Amino acid sequence: MQDTTVLSMRGICKAFPGVRALQDVDFTLRKGEIHALMGENGAGKSTLIKVLTGVYAKDAGEIFMDEIDKPISIKSPQEALNIGISTVYQEITLCPNLTVAENMFIGRSKDFFISWSARNKRTKEILENLGIPASPRQQLSNCSIAVQQMVAIARAVDMECKILILDEPTSSLDENEVQKLFRLMRDLKARGVGILFVTHFLDQVYEVCDRITVLRNGELVGAYEIKDLPKVDLVSKIMGKELDVLANIEKTHVQESLDREDKPPVVQVENLSSVSGIQPFDFSTTQGEVTGFSGLLGSGRSECVRAIFGADRITGGKIKVKGKSVKIRKPKDAMKLGMGYLPEDRKNDGIVADLSVRENIILALQIMKGFFRPFSRSQAEAFADEYIKLLNIKTASSNVPIGSLSGGNQQKVILARWLLTHPDYLILDEPTRGIDVGTKSEIQKLVLKLASEGMSITFISSEIEEMLRTCSRLIVMRDRKVVGELKDDEMTQGRIMQTIAGGAAKNE
Amino acid sequence: MKFANILSRNSNNPADEITKRKNPLSDTAFLLITTVIIFVLMYVLGMILFAGKGFANPQNFFNLLNENAALIVLSCGLTIVMIAGGIDISVGGATALIGMSCVIHMDDQGGQFGTAIFVALGIGLTFGIVQGYLVAYLGVQPFIVTLAGMFFARGLTAIIETETRTVSNEGFNKIAQTRIRLPGVGSVNNNGVFVQAYLEIGVIVALVVVIALFATLRWTKFGRNLYAVGGNLQSALMLGINVKRTKFLSYVLCGLLTGIGGMIFLLHIRSGATTHASGMEMDAIASSIIGGTLLTGGVGSVFGTFIGALTKGTIGNIVRAIGLTGAWWTGISRAAMLCFFIVLQSVIIMRKRKKS
Repeated sequence: MQDTTVLSMRGICKAFPGVRALQDVDFTLRKGEIHALMGENGAGKSTLIKVLTGVYAKDAGEIFMDEIDKPISIKSPQEALNIGISTVYQEITLCPNLTVAENMFIGRSKDFFISWSARNKRTKEILENLGIPASPRQQLSNCSIAVQQMVAIARAVDMECKILILDEPTSSLDENEVQKLFRLMRDLKARGVGILFVTHFLDQVYEVCDRITVLRNGELVGAYEIKDLPKVDLVSKIMGKELDVLANIEKTHVQESLDREDKPPVVQVENLSSVSGIQPFDFSTTQGEVTGFSGLLGSGRSECVRAIFGADRITGGKIKVKGKSVKIRKPKDAMKLGMGYLPEDRKNDGIVADLSVRENIILALQIMKGFFRPFSRSQAEAFADEYIKLLNIKTASSNVPIGSLSGGNQQKVILARWLLTHPDYLILDEPTRGIDVGTKSEIQKLVLKLASEGMSITFISSEIEEMLRTCSRLIVMRDRKVVGELKDDEMTQGRIMQTIAGGAAKNE
Repeated sequence: MKFANILSRNSNNPADEITKRKNPLSDTAFLLITTVIIFVLMYVLGMILFAGKGFANPQNFFNLLNENAALIVLSCGLTIVMIAGGIDISVGGATALIGMSCVIHMDDQGGQFGTAIFVALGIGLTFGIVQGYLVAYLGVQPFIVTLAGMFFARGLTAIIETETRTVSNEGFNKIAQTRIRLPGVGSVNNNGVFVQAYLEIGVIVALVVVIALFATLRWTKFGRNLYAVGGNLQSALMLGINVKRTKFLSYVLCGLLTGIGGMIFLLHIRSGATTHASGMEMDAIASSIIGGTLLTGGVGSVFGTFIGALTKGTIGNIVRAIGLTGAWWTGISRAAMLCFFIVLQSVIIMRKRKKS
């Protein structure tokens, strides 16, 4: 290494109850480089950053910073700031009601009295120097999000940070704003700041970064020079290989995919867009078909299905259900049209932790029936027991709170909730995340079984092999846009990754 | 490695990137200006319509100050707490307690005006410290804590004395009746004699308090930290501000101001009673809100609150001048005013949200 290393983390381990978030991860950051940290959900990116910024205490491992021989220990975010590690988060951590200049200096000065003129003057210097289009006297909430982010960066720079962590700073910016941010990042790089850049946007990584570190399931996949790593390889490194245990599930839908054209579509959308900012997309599915939305985290795969289900407000486009034009304003509309949606975030959007398994199971059906006409206890118990048996849910009884069940069993309960409504079209968004291998294969088998009985299903997963096993057609997404559709023979791991990485990848 | 040096030698930045457009007003400034305009309009309207009923007399304006001096100080305390994102509804009860305690202290225990000031400030500070500690360090809801404080203060006042007590201490009464004449300002009365306008001593104290607090909020670290904590608690924490201490100090300062305000109240009314200052905490909250303080925190100014308290008083005067003597008419017009300001604030917040 010809450059000086400004930070090196060795053998970092961190475990939470039941999860090994980081296992023996190494990470080095050089002076004056922009280093991308990539990985899917649960890969350990945020845990690594939180260990570095003192939010979490590490279980094992050592952290070294330049010019210090012995390992350092960081106990709080404040301590991290003091030794030159600054973080700028996706959500702005400044005060919107104060001026730009105040946000630059508040909490830093020990002086009792404040000199506004000195602050404004110094802020003006810094802003002009970094090319940030803001006035020191402006109230922060009057600035655009991008400028607010830049002010946060300027504050970090003025605090003489050696390491700047940017945690998904670009996710709420438009292209023009992203370019401004990149200009600032390159500027800082030239001044010798080591920048750790977390993002999900592949193009942005290749545009601005020097090196990439990829994490997967809490383990280090590797650190690479950007010029040595074509996009396709990066995608495959992020997605990785799936365990072989699951490989023996048979594909049963090959036959159906042949006569797919003859059947009328169950759900058909045209030019659908929503408040989440996805590009308008077309999509349709027929009876008994398993479709998949494939792409990296943040590519818009969840946003697409959320729009179809009415979970995000629709801003344009048409939805037809069984040939009839419909309006979906809220999830309940979609439910009445025979749709079901198992959300990505089980903990917050799926389970009601304090309610019993039984109550969780009948929830969706109860909503469709109306809350003023409750099911009798015996009827609810009959429903619950039927599905507990059917899905082999491991619970002491239908009376225990769902929060006490394991992740896999919780997911089965949510699945039961939707199956009970007998939907024609069921959307499963990451149904297998964070659950054990045995349950994963059970859910995959169930998906194929339901499809063979005539249900249309959309299946979304970060694990590409899982998608290959279950889906008969794949919609591929990149950067909130549908970039391709693959079916039958085209559905191979390599082909999918190439589509995600984009055509340009072949040349690199 | 000093960034200051590196920053200063870089000069390749396109100057055209710095937007030269005029900055929009901050929320605090906008709400303050609205309040001042409404107050001036209202007062001028009163002067035009009810000139015969004393509105044109300068003393009418000074009486507005004389009658509301205590409220101004109490409202300033609430403004401080509200800027930091809290609330204090114990100030009315505490004022009654302070009044009664000082009367008993001076008349029954042989105390003097000087020592009574310490009693007033001591009671106010005790409320501030205890309530501040519970809110800031133990994380109890401020509404609940100060509701308990209110009940406690009212209860304690009744335990001390249930009868209404008029102050008989001579030293105190002399100071209370001191009228500060204003040279050259006044009006000619019915007998054709020029009467100079006067202010009570409490008004001078209130004005000093307003100016001192204005400076504190604007030019001290503590003052700016209050705004930061009220604006975004989480961010304030990340920016390195001691959030708990700032919250705690906001209540302590409010307590101190309650002590001062309680004494001014006593100087004006010269008696102690369990029913004194009832509902005054709500008047103080209303004055703060009319003055442009947001209940959500982070926005407000004591100068606005000062105007807010005067606006509240002027509404009462106008209603009385119209001839609607019932207390409910004052209440209804104040309610209308309060609604107007709250709706205005909501509109401003919505406009901000839309932008970002």
